[in-house]
Amino acid sequence: MELPSRLVFLLFLLLSSTKAFGSEVDKEEFQEELLLKPLPDRKVLAHFHFETRAPPCNSNGRHHHHLFPKSISQMLEKFRVKEMELSFTQGRWNYERWGGFDTMSSNNAKPPGVELWAVFDVPKEQVDASWKNLTHTLSGIFCASINFLESSSMYSAPDWSFRQASGSLRYGMLPREAVCTENLTPWLKLLPCRDKAGISSLMDRPSIYTSLYYSQRLHLTSIASDLEGLNSGIALEQTLTVVLHPSSQRTGLTHFSQSYLQPSWSLSSIFGRKVNGRCVLAKSSKVYLQLERGLVSQLKKSENYGADYIASEGYDGEANFELSVNPDRVIKEENSRNGISSSLLYEFSVDKYSNSKPFDLGLTWKFPVIWSCQQAPLHASRFLMGSGNERGAIAILLKSTDLNDSSPVANSDMDGCELRVNIFQVVPWYIRVYYHSLQLFVDDQLKAVGAFVEKIHVMPSKDKISPGMMEMVLKLPCGVKSAALTLDFDKGFLHIDEYPPDANQGFDIPSAAIGFPDFHTSMLFPSNESERKSPMLSKFQESSPVLLYTEVLLVPLTTPDFSMPYNVITITCTVFALYFGSLLNVLRQRVGEKERLLKSKAAAKTSRLSDLLSRLSAKLRGRSQEPMQSPSESSPLINSKLALKVLLMAALAVAWQYYFG
Amino acid sequence: MLDRCTMDLHCYSHFLVHSLLKELKGNLIIFFADIISALLIRATGHTLQMAYRQSLNSLDIVDLLKSSDSLSSGDVAALVYLWNPFTIAACVGLSTSPVENLVVILALHGACKGLVPLAAFGWVMATHLSLYPAILITPVILLLGYGPDTPPRKLFLQKGYGKNGDNHSSDNCGQQETNHSKAEVTFSWRPVIHFLFWSSLWSTYVLVLCSISVKPHGSLWEMFQRTYGFILTVEDMSPNIGVLWYFFAEVFDFFRSFFMIVFHLNILFMILPLAIRLKHRPCFLAFIYIAISSMLKSYPSVGDSALYLGLLGLFLDELADMQFSFFLLCGYIGVSLLSPVMHNLWIWRGTGNANFYYATGMAYACLQIILVVESVSAVLNHDRKLRKLSVTKLRDGNS
Repeated sequence: MELPSRLVFLLFLLLSSTKAFGSEVDKEEFQEELLLKPLPDRKVLAHFHFETRAPPCNSNGRHHHHLFPKSISQMLEKFRVKEMELSFTQGRWNYERWGGFDTMSSNNAKPPGVELWAVFDVPKEQVDASWKNLTHTLSGIFCASINFLESSSMYSAPDWSFRQASGSLRYGMLPREAVCTENLTPWLKLLPCRDKAGISSLMDRPSIYTSLYYSQRLHLTSIASDLEGLNSGIALEQTLTVVLHPSSQRTGLTHFSQSYLQPSWSLSSIFGRKVNGRCVLAKSSKVYLQLERGLVSQLKKSENYGADYIASEGYDGEANFELSVNPDRVIKEENSRNGISSSLLYEFSVDKYSNSKPFDLGLTWKFPVIWSCQQAPLHASRFLMGSGNERGAIAILLKSTDLNDSSPVANSDMDGCELRVNIFQVVPWYIRVYYHSLQLFVDDQLKAVGAFVEKIHVMPSKDKISPGMMEMVLKLPCGVKSAALTLDFDKGFLHIDEYPPDANQGFDIPSAAIGFPDFHTSMLFPSNESERKSPMLSKFQESSPVLLYTEVLLVPLTTPDFSMPYNVITITCTVFALYFGSLLNVLRQRVGEKERLLKSKAAAKTSRLSDLLSRLSAKLRGRSQEPMQSPSESSPLINSKLALKVLLMAALAVAWQYYFG
Repeated sequence: MLDRCTMDLHCYSHFLVHSLLKELKGNLIIFFADIISALLIRATGHTLQMAYRQSLNSLDIVDLLKSSDSLSSGDVAALVYLWNPFTIAACVGLSTSPVENLVVILALHGACKGLVPLAAFGWVMATHLSLYPAILITPVILLLGYGPDTPPRKLFLQKGYGKNGDNHSSDNCGQQETNHSKAEVTFSWRPVIHFLFWSSLWSTYVLVLCSISVKPHGSLWEMFQRTYGFILTVEDMSPNIGVLWYFFAEVFDFFRSFFMIVFHLNILFMILPLAIRLKHRPCFLAFIYIAISSMLKSYPSVGDSALYLGLLGLFLDELADMQFSFFLLCGYIGVSLLSPVMHNLWIWRGTGNANFYYATGMAYACLQIILVVESVSAVLNHDRKLRKLSVTKLRDGNS
């Protein structure tokens, strides 16, 4: 009787738990996507996008997660992070060739090394403590030296130039962090399927680490439940952007010279792997192929031009290339501007592929096509001036990209317009920048800084305490050809322990961020399929300001001799002892002492033996002989003094031992 | 060929003079600070020489005076100060050390002349500007109490006793002389108390001004931390001609505070022994203090050396038979030529090493040590010589 009732009870428990389980699975969701994009300079961009969402925490604290990584949610809860982004980057995004005016570049082009910024939801005086704890936690999670960002000389608090978050934003960069698989593995661990199944199984380490650009990014947003609806909560967005160089495959076409033809590629040729079905935990698993605006317009032109000998076999009349897999859907960007072709997205769903029938997308070019990317309004670069190890100057050069007639600029420009440029630069304290030496050259002519600077905020560096930070809004005329900013600096001298292992290589100054607040990039897609919208595409739809990073600067600093500490200590102390001893010796000499010393020396030379004998005899007789010399008289006195001194020292030592030992 | 050489030289000198003038024009303050310092040194030198002659006269050692009659030590010191390459370098390099030197000299001059408010002002300003002149309070008080440099007081006392014992019913002249010498021996407290009063007045004034000016940016305590704290904890390790920068760049972190205390105590340790031994020569004491602090301070510059080398000229008579003077001169010239070369090789060309430059710094420190030690011993020997002379005079008089 007892047993069945228990069984029933257990069954009931199980049922109720599965019910709860099922409901929460509905809420927590994971989506994986991959975007592939041919680039104008014969490269291929692969952009992995994984998004995990968790519902807001229950009020009673502990929360059970099924898909969302526990470590991240705990960290978020503990340090009350509102928003956070961590990126590991190797290589530099080539803004001229790979585009500087699209969502891809302004969101995913990151400075080399590690960049971390976080917005906290704590009172302002606790932000620094939270930041320190966060850096240590992240350093543990990602096996990277993010904990170096803990010291106040490594991070800064930009007010307005980087993001609008007054007071609670902290920003730090480690330009020399080496990025390797040991950082990727913990990042993959946060995915429900890791790299065992689904799109992430494409991440073949040798092929992605030999890429020209590699950026692994983690973006966390937590939205308080009372502000938004229930479907908000924590969103973890993990992206991996690589620019690969496909080795050109042999194609049957020979009547176009290979050098003009874009290299053909397939997933298996660039990654060395194929996708064996989706990750079963993912809500959706999709691969996109993007043809950007410039390419599409070029294709259209060439189609019109050479329509006679293109056998129409592609999709939508595109005959210049061939896809090995039929796309499920073609999404055309809705372009509000007229006269410009919009970009195309081919969507492939991985759901229907399996181990026996792996997904391997290939693109074969048939005719050469040359196109160019959209550029940011100004091209930014940064370099050092001057020689020697004492001083130098940093120059930021903004050059017009000569595309002022092209669409985005022409569209957003007003007549008699002004181009606003945000400059945000953090310089470590050992580069002592003199901000008063700021000079501005517009079109190679020295101009008054006040005429072009709309807003400036400078935090001078403090030695070993905080880095120097400069935030600036420049207001340049639209027709500007070039603008250059120069800042003079002195190089500091560090303590021997503060140099990195290879000090002669130099020190890296983190990239400066150049933003164009008047220019926003967004892609508009037809909105009728909002329920099927993927997180990546909705990310693309968000309007984001154009942002680009400059190069990392390598500043050589003077080094001391690292093998010398003992020698320096001993030599310096010797000199001090020489000073102290010889000066005291000179001061100590009495008025007649020198002459007496000389006399006694002379006396000792002549009759040392007789002197000794007389002393001996005097002792034997019992001090009957009166002492001849004054020194012999004073000797017992000195001895007693000496004994007193020794006693005093001993007492001091005993006291010391007693109290402090 | 010769013409071309002279042409080049002419052009070069013209250019040099032109650039020098241009540099000087923009910084009249520094330029005039140097000129005024030289004038004050000259005036101080005259006072000192007068006192020296007077004391020698009162001791009846006139034959020593004859030899040094030709040179006025004040003029020599002022010229040495003005034509010293270090002074010129500090002036052209727009260093603030000429101003610091000016206030130090102002304090000494005021104390020599008995102008108590001036001495207090100079001392307070010098301490405010570079902290190390704070130790000059001992010589300034001694100067005010005893008056300018004299031979040891014992000599006067001996002389007085000798004269008294010699002829009880002496003439009025002799009596006056002994009275005079006895008056000199006593320490007069009045000017010292005045000095303390004035210096407290000036320092409160300076502090009030400072607190008003730093009020919008922070507290007075923060100002002390950023100025005097920066001097005492040797934070900036940029190369200079001293010895501490490389030491603190290389020393292990856990020894840092220990050595910081030791090196700063090294300056303070010597105050008392020197003051006891040289209390009859407060001006010379001040010179030695300045030399020591410019050698051991955390961020020394050639401007500091210019000050003590200028003051060296004041003691022309006392230091007449100093040892190693030629060696010191050669050393100073050698170091001041080698040091820029080594700096250039290390910092600008990158071919040298930090040790090369550090070696010139060490050599310079050694030279300064020899200068200090030898000048102290020369002055002590000079006193011995005076004593011997006066003793023989007394004996001659007695016999």
